[in-house]
Amino acid sequence: MNAIYDFSILTGGIHERLSGLMSPTAVMITEMVIIGTLLIVFVALMGLVLVLAERKVAAFFQLRLGPNRVGPWGSLQTLADFLKLLTKELITTKSADKFLYNLAPFIVMLTPFLALGVIPFAPGLQIMDMNIGVFFITAVSSMGVLGILIGGWASNNKYSLIGGMRSAAMVVSYELSVTLAIMTMVIMTESLSLSEIIASQSDGWWIIKGHIPALIAFLLYLTASTAETNRGPFDLAEAESELTAGFHTEYGGIKFAFFFLSEFVNMLVVASIATILFFGGWMPFHLPFEWAVGFNHIMDFIPGIVWGFGKVTFVIFLMMWFRWTFPRLRIDQILNLEWKYLLPMNLVNFLLMALIALSGFYL
Amino acid sequence: MQAELISKDGTQEYFVNMGPQHPSTHGVLRLVLTLDGEIIKRVEPHIGYVHRSIEKMAEFDTYKQIIHLTDRMDYLSAHMNNEAVALLVENALEIEVSDRVKVIRTIMSELTRLASHQLWWGVMGMDMGAITTFLYAFRDREMINDIMEETTGARLTMNYNTPGGVMFDLHPNFQKQVKEFIKIFKTKLPEYDELLSGNIIFTERTKGIGKLSLADAISFGVTGPSGRASGFACDVRKTNPYSAYDRVNFTEILLVEGDAYARYKARIFEMWESISIIDQLIDNIPEGVIMAPMKAIVKLPKGEFYQRVETARGELGVFVVSDGNKTPYRVKFRSPGFSNLSVLDHISRGHKIADLVAIMSTLDLVIPDIDR
Amino acid sequence: MSTIIAYFKGIGQGLNTLWTGMKVTGYYFFHARKEIITMQYPDNRDTLKIPERFRGRVVMLHDQNNEHACNGCTMCEMACPNGSIKIITDKILNPETGKAVRIIDKHIYHFSMCTLCNLCVQACPSNALAMDNSYENSVYDRSELTFVLNQPGSKIRDNVKD
Ligand code: SF4
Ligand code: SF4
Repeated sequence: MNAIYDFSILTGGIHERLSGLMSPTAVMITEMVIIGTLLIVFVALMGLVLVLAERKVAAFFQLRLGPNRVGPWGSLQTLADFLKLLTKELITTKSADKFLYNLAPFIVMLTPFLALGVIPFAPGLQIMDMNIGVFFITAVSSMGVLGILIGGWASNNKYSLIGGMRSAAMVVSYELSVTLAIMTMVIMTESLSLSEIIASQSDGWWIIKGHIPALIAFLLYLTASTAETNRGPFDLAEAESELTAGFHTEYGGIKFAFFFLSEFVNMLVVASIATILFFGGWMPFHLPFEWAVGFNHIMDFIPGIVWGFGKVTFVIFLMMWFRWTFPRLRIDQILNLEWKYLLPMNLVNFLLMALIALSGFYL
Repeated sequence: MQAELISKDGTQEYFVNMGPQHPSTHGVLRLVLTLDGEIIKRVEPHIGYVHRSIEKMAEFDTYKQIIHLTDRMDYLSAHMNNEAVALLVENALEIEVSDRVKVIRTIMSELTRLASHQLWWGVMGMDMGAITTFLYAFRDREMINDIMEETTGARLTMNYNTPGGVMFDLHPNFQKQVKEFIKIFKTKLPEYDELLSGNIIFTERTKGIGKLSLADAISFGVTGPSGRASGFACDVRKTNPYSAYDRVNFTEILLVEGDAYARYKARIFEMWESISIIDQLIDNIPEGVIMAPMKAIVKLPKGEFYQRVETARGELGVFVVSDGNKTPYRVKFRSPGFSNLSVLDHISRGHKIADLVAIMSTLDLVIPDIDR
Repeated sequence: MSTIIAYFKGIGQGLNTLWTGMKVTGYYFFHARKEIITMQYPDNRDTLKIPERFRGRVVMLHDQNNEHACNGCTMCEMACPNGSIKIITDKILNPETGKAVRIIDKHIYHFSMCTLCNLCVQACPSNALAMDNSYENSVYDRSELTFVLNQPGSKIRDNVKD
């Protein structure tokens, strides 16, 4: 890997400068504040970009132009929408459970924040390199449903309640598949740390090295995680043609924006994990062959951050493609799909992968 | 089918108001649902939110003027509604319209039917969660609307028929445009199958949902594609041919399953039939006058008159009691939407909320048609 | 065994149908430049083509001498299904014959009530009315939708029969 693209040089430099100025405690606090601010800015920015991207992509799928009035190519449209939502009056419905009603959007928003904390987007561009990163993310990402459930319950609206219950039933089931698909890959990587998983793919991405089980695991992960983010054909928690807006029917203004944004940031998290597990995160495209050294070297000249975000974009595009093509499933079909198809397939795939790993039959 | 109203485990049923403002009731229809969890126990349609008393208004209008009111009933079958009244007056006065008018009316009817089914297909996809279909359907429907606009001067509420003929002659471009549209649409219609009809999610969601037996279809008076999907041979174009339907070859789509998927399929097949009807007629539109000689003031003889036509939604009947004046004494429209809605409760009991949406879209309800 | 085969066949066929759908949307996504059908409405006013028969609003035809063909026969008023037209006539003395002749004073047209049914245009015996192709007709006040169709100072053309 080309060292010039490593962000740890930059972050390390800042750390040393700060250490020279103040006490270690103060350094820690300052760094935390800086990182927190950066993270919030990053999430807000990503949210805006992704919302715009979704609208543009959807428009192109649908033979439309999409937003094109505010800013060049409509690029400021989502910012304008966000400002509009920000200035709207905050309304708490009369019969809502006030505390929970106001709490729900924050819980929903908190999850992707926590998950983003351990995701490396580029060499060195990672807030915290936990040695149980994968475990942490799976644990944290199941919290999001809590917000949806609370929001659906506290709104005191029957549509919201149905949406919340649907979401709970769905996410609880699909957690299994997501985790199993991740575990399948962890067998190969032999590590739970995300940066080590990436490092293990320096000679080729797992989707290439891992044979068919890796491909199946990728498809299973993609399906299950789409469901987990309440998107695409699995968006029946909102199910706009059935439940008007599902769990966030009663939310407006910035609280609605939180729900809305969290969906997109969740998508980013999910896509990043997929990228890390199957496409080597920021790792350039390498071929695991002797003769490919020159090729691998050329690939190294493309910065890791480009690789990282490029691959994330690709996975997100796939998810958008699903969303704008497929009709929505019914709740019992969703659970059928999980328990009768995804889960058994995942288990078999898991075994297969274990066999492959044991026999050392991978490149 | 008839689910028990009290569940065994003692859970409580609850009511949900679906509508009058709801994305999938397509207008201001209010459904009061009795639910047990997600299972529907009862559906009670409350109608009348767009009631404009068209029947009463028609009593004060001359026969020429009534036609423009029928535009606003089932606005997606505006031409067929117009035609019903025009045919009624012509039959009552025993006026023979020219062949040209007959063929024009038939082509226009089929174009309207196509447009209506296209819109329905798009909305159906949207109700099922696939929003993209809506835009694709509108792309194709736009072509028909443009053709309509060119000849009749309006896109939706055409008011093209008058007793004795049609208002304008065909636009010189008409034949060319229609042929071009048919050519394009023949390539686009398979896309409809690829996007929805074949899609596993879609078939899973519609097959076996909302089964309507033949006996029920007849006793509820469900007509149109919805009735024919249950095997009810109710196509007025076949049973009582009007205009030029007796001189074209087309098959009446009859399916046996009677579920939501069959109703869906019936409409897709009907689109192909409509294309074939237009294909047969478009090249030989006979010459002739577009207006039969009529008295300036149309007065129907004393008596009762009934005329039915096949709109995109089913059988539209117009019943007029005349006392010999220039305005009718009483007008009654037998609108297909009303009868089709009546079956909703019967076929959606025991299904889930998501199924209700699917069933409603396959019944293809247009609320102004129900309320009038 | 056959159920297992059916299980996998089901999965395969299901995935195939999904892919078929994705191919359609995918095609349009990657050919968006060619296939986009929406119009940039307020920007394309100049290139917008309105069919000549489009029924935008009822107008009275005037020629360059500011003369129209309406003789105030009120046929259009009677033909209108919703009372959108009100004819106010006047009488003038014909200087040659010395007889009183009916002329139109005001042809009042309530656009707010008009359903654009074209019946008035058809009913007019002297073809004084027509539909124009205007399409941006929204106003801020309802009273702005009431028009007097005969232009001020206009008079009836000579050759119009009564
Ligand atoms: S177009 Fe119809 S509604 Fe409008 S003024 Fe003429 S007759 Fe009346
Ligand atoms: S516009 Fe025509 S129908 Fe109306 S009053 Fe004038 S001449 Fe008569």
